[in-house]
Amino acid sequence: MTVKVQLRKDLPSFKLEVDFVIENDILVLVGPSGAGKTTVLQCISGLQRPTWGEILINDKSVFSSSARVDIPVRSRRIGYVFQDYALFPHMTIEKNVLYGKPEKNNSSHKALTVTEILEILKIPHLRKRYPSQISGGEKQRVALARALMTEPELLLLDEPLSALDPDTRALLQQELLRVQSQWKIPFILVTHDANEAEVLGSQIIRIDHGVQEVVKRPRTPLTSGHEVG
Amino acid sequence: MGFDFSPIILSLKVAGAAVLVVVCFAIPIATLMAKHQFPGKNILESILTLPLVLPPSVVGFILLYIFGKNGPLGKFLLHTFDTQIVFTLTGATIASAVVAFPLMYQSVKAAIESIDVKLENAARTLGAGELRVFFTITIPLAWNGVIAGFVLAFARSLGEFGATLMIAGNIPGRTQTMPLAIYIASESGQTREAWILVSIMVLFSFLVIYGLNYWGKGSKNRSGGGAI
Repeated sequence: MTVKVQLRKDLPSFKLEVDFVIENDILVLVGPSGAGKTTVLQCISGLQRPTWGEILINDKSVFSSSARVDIPVRSRRIGYVFQDYALFPHMTIEKNVLYGKPEKNNSSHKALTVTEILEILKIPHLRKRYPSQISGGEKQRVALARALMTEPELLLLDEPLSALDPDTRALLQQELLRVQSQWKIPFILVTHDANEAEVLGSQIIRIDHGVQEVVKRPRTPLTSGHEVG
Repeated sequence: MGFDFSPIILSLKVAGAAVLVVVCFAIPIATLMAKHQFPGKNILESILTLPLVLPPSVVGFILLYIFGKNGPLGKFLLHTFDTQIVFTLTGATIASAVVAFPLMYQSVKAAIESIDVKLENAARTLGAGELRVFFTITIPLAWNGVIAGFVLAFARSLGEFGATLMIAGNIPGRTQTMPLAIYIASESGQTREAWILVSIMVLFSFLVIYGLNYWGKGSKNRSGGGAI
């Protein structure tokens, strides 16, 4: 699985430009608040439209300004774990997790049942509860389960652990590493915590005022992206 | 002389039909207005809310002009379908619907605006199309606003007097709704009839307000507990 992202987004106060390639590991985007990290995730997922650029997932274009490709959010097969989780408050945990389950089994993937995914994330006991009845760490696991249930080809996580206490946070960092190695899909994770970036990231990119700076390169060097024009 | 129940039945018919019309228009329009920005939005917003502040006689006068025999729509309906709106129950329904519309519209729009956009976006990233987002996320989360708007619109339709009198007249057994019957009974000294109808209206209005308050408190507790 290879994801190539090269995009420019004109924001009111600055231009955001990023260019990176990611294989089956975790890319961490770090940087101060308002640097444009979430905008990058939203552009990749299709919730925002880049001004210019190209996003390729396994050589399949989901966005290309030159070829006029703009696959709608719902068809991109990109999982998104939102900051503060965005669990549906009116649905049980089970219904939340099942919301994005593909209707037809995709032949290339083994379809997971809700029981399996809840067990992998160690939350089978929460099945019949509502989001307001569970803790922050549990919500995080549910949000992860819900996103993975869609059988995504890429997972985006926006400050997934920022609202948690240090112990839960350390535990969930390990869980994320475990889930990523199990799923073998690229993760792009946003955080403002440099330590967390070190723990989780195979590669780290720092974004400040829309400008990217590669802080840590992946162990096996990837073919570098093109210059952003 | 026995008590005439027809005003009560007519009122319920008119209010029921009016609320159905209002639901069909107010929910889609409120959704569009809550979700989209376009030029002239403020002007449209003001027009949609206008019947709330206009005296009902003004609404009645305008409707009478539009649907009257020589009015633009009245002429068309008369010549094309041989139908007349003035002095009919349909006229009363239209008057009630126009007057009740802003209540439903405002209530639904406020409820939709208060929903965290992130939840709708989350549904989109989970593969949901716009219709699925609307029916499984937007409407369930705005449900309290929809119910409150529905009840207020029904109550307002039931109490409609001025606009109804102007467009539907006051024909006993045909267009004479409860508020009109109360006025006539009071004017003609039929105090007993007036009191019965007044009691029904007061009791009903009280139940509406009490029910809404109860619903509001209950749903707060429930959302704390997590269910709808």
